[in-house]
Amino acid sequence: MSELNSALEHPVYNYKVVRQFTVMTVVWGIVGMLVGVLIAAQLAWPALNFDLPWLSFGRLRPLHTNAVIFAFGGSALFATSFYVVQRTCQVRLISDKLASITFWGWQLVIVSAAITLPLGITSSKEYAELQWPIDILITVIWVIYAIVFFGTIAKRKTDHIYVANWFYGAFIIAVAILHIINSLAMPIAFNSFQAYSIYAGTVDAMVQWWYGHNAVGFFLTAGFLGMMYYFVPKQAERPVYSYRLSIVHFWALVAVYIWAGPHHLHYTALPDWAQSLGMVMSLILLAPSWGGMINGMMTLSGAWHKLRSDPILRFLVVSLSFYGMSTFEGPMMSIKTVNSLSHYTDWTIGHVHSGALGWVAMISIGAMYHLIPILFGRERMYSISLINAHFWMSTIGTVLYITSMWVNGILQGLMWRAYNQDGTLTYSFVESVSASYPGYVVRVIGGAIFFSGMLLMAYNLYMTSRKDVEPLAAPTLASAV
Amino acid sequence: MASFWSYWIIILTTVTIVGITWILFANRKRDSRADVKTTGHEYDGIEELDNPLPAWWFYMFVITIVWGIGYLIVYPGMGNFAGVIGWTQIGQYDREVASAETKYRDMRDRYLALPVEEIAADPAVRKMGMRMFANNCAQCHGADAKGRYGFPNLTDDDWIYGGDPAAIKTTIENGRQAAMPAWGSIIGDKGVTDVTQYVLSLNGRDTNPAEATAGETVYQTYCVACHGADGHGNVAMGAPNLTNGVWLYGGSQEQIAQTVRAGRNGVMPAFKDTLSEDKIHILTAYVYSLDKQQ
Repeated sequence: MSELNSALEHPVYNYKVVRQFTVMTVVWGIVGMLVGVLIAAQLAWPALNFDLPWLSFGRLRPLHTNAVIFAFGGSALFATSFYVVQRTCQVRLISDKLASITFWGWQLVIVSAAITLPLGITSSKEYAELQWPIDILITVIWVIYAIVFFGTIAKRKTDHIYVANWFYGAFIIAVAILHIINSLAMPIAFNSFQAYSIYAGTVDAMVQWWYGHNAVGFFLTAGFLGMMYYFVPKQAERPVYSYRLSIVHFWALVAVYIWAGPHHLHYTALPDWAQSLGMVMSLILLAPSWGGMINGMMTLSGAWHKLRSDPILRFLVVSLSFYGMSTFEGPMMSIKTVNSLSHYTDWTIGHVHSGALGWVAMISIGAMYHLIPILFGRERMYSISLINAHFWMSTIGTVLYITSMWVNGILQGLMWRAYNQDGTLTYSFVESVSASYPGYVVRVIGGAIFFSGMLLMAYNLYMTSRKDVEPLAAPTLASAV
Repeated sequence: MASFWSYWIIILTTVTIVGITWILFANRKRDSRADVKTTGHEYDGIEELDNPLPAWWFYMFVITIVWGIGYLIVYPGMGNFAGVIGWTQIGQYDREVASAETKYRDMRDRYLALPVEEIAADPAVRKMGMRMFANNCAQCHGADAKGRYGFPNLTDDDWIYGGDPAAIKTTIENGRQAAMPAWGSIIGDKGVTDVTQYVLSLNGRDTNPAEATAGETVYQTYCVACHGADGHGNVAMGAPNLTNGVWLYGGSQEQIAQTVRAGRNGVMPAFKDTLSEDKIHILTAYVYSLDKQQ
């Protein structure tokens, strides 16, 4: 591959590892979202598990979450962090060999997950299902990643460290701590995947959700804010709105996010004081979260007209809108009164996907469209019209997904708490399931539209990478709208 | 909680809240955006402006912090400090349960004082019982109470443990643990085949007469103790009637042979710790009414 692409190599920077992760972002995005569409369809039409254990919802659901978070999102974070840290520090990655190990090591982790999860090999900890041998591999790769990233920052030729790198750095450090502490377990034997968590009972639940919520906070928020802080000003060609806002919201975000986990355990065996602290910190988190949205949005001051002609910028800006929406929704859902309605319903799933599709996926897709032509030595993507089509498919797919889950979630919450004049429950559980059916169908449609957009992206990537194909003429302003 | 951990929580919480408040105020700049300069940094062509924090955002942040401090004074949160109003989630639960009890207990107690046969004729009771059934029993017995493989049909007149009110109530309260032994290793393959033929003959189905005759001997030796000499079963032991064509685990020759060979261990859970006596009384009336509705 290196020989084939030798013409593509940048004289200073290591683009090879960025290109590898970029291509795999698209590949894993397609795989992860395909599994998502399948399991969404299984919830509407359960026969689609075909009575095969390795196609059952319980095994494919963790495969979906691991694939989209760690394979798709993870590859996007590796690609962009390696690109951004080089460009903003004006120095090549400290070691091509170590960078290459992170790429192949991370792919090995993903493939291990894709094999073990359908076989039912799981720790049963949400978003941390992988068993101990894979956990150790993740730890090794992650430490190498940290060495490459922070080593490159240490060698930088700029005086200061750019804000995007603060967020990438916080993401790398926090994820290492979270992963190691939550995954501590005692294997039953060296030749067995099976291991028992060193935590028990409520402590286990609390450690799990301390991890689970900060996987959202540091992997899916801080990491992607790092992405935002480079690609939004770069694509808009505008200065970042406020440096001091960056400082305040960065430190507040990392200080407060780490407290928010207990809101996943409201009204459970978790002691009252822990629930209260989780709720208070979750609400205080609103402003620090919105700081990133404001800084991104306001960076477009004076450049709003570019949205009319640039679908890549549109991806980035709409992702910030979804980010703002889901970081408002999150604190609201952490309020106990709201949580008593929303908890255990599809509202939670909708909330996660307004973040995962609207924010994480859309900002990654925007960043990838910015990167791909640079990495393949082209002036622009093969087809701007296809990016535009992809943008609308992503937006419509996300909106269908989250609105159907809001409707389902509120419906379920209200049905579960409804009772008759004689004190008996009005509905049985299965009645709430059958009432959710229309929402499940709409979700499949929304997810399928979002997924199909990824296929357009793959085609566009392939055509852009071909040396023998010239990019299509950029559409005129009128036709781009 | 030990007082060390209580202080640990209080100190960490305080440091966090004071820290974010300090960084918020320390970076506040009031001047207008008239002369916004860049910070002078430049990274790969990206510059940074030095705009002040948006005022609405600043105040929103302050309000959430003030609200958070207020919440931690009113509610438990700061370690062992219980909060000034003394709220606990278990207290809230107990209050809500107590209020429901005062609201509905009298009505249910009135029903509890009446015999099951009488209230089973009351449509209001049957409706209440149906809702309880839907949330507690339908998972196994089905929303229509017709059961499925391994779970008895409650709408026919075949009752494994008896269908009178007292028997139904005992079943719901204490549950049942069925124990059909596995006979395969005792009577052998031939014994299993023969006794299966005999059981089929009890239902008037086509059989191999020689095997059925041999099977009768096996039956009268091993099965008779529970299922009775005539195969009508015994509700006191939960031994099903083998002559009425009702089969909990399937009535094909293979399924009956499997039951004889490997045994069955059906479990009905006990509900006396889940549902109060008055609720079980109403549920009993509903189940009792099921085989009387045509």
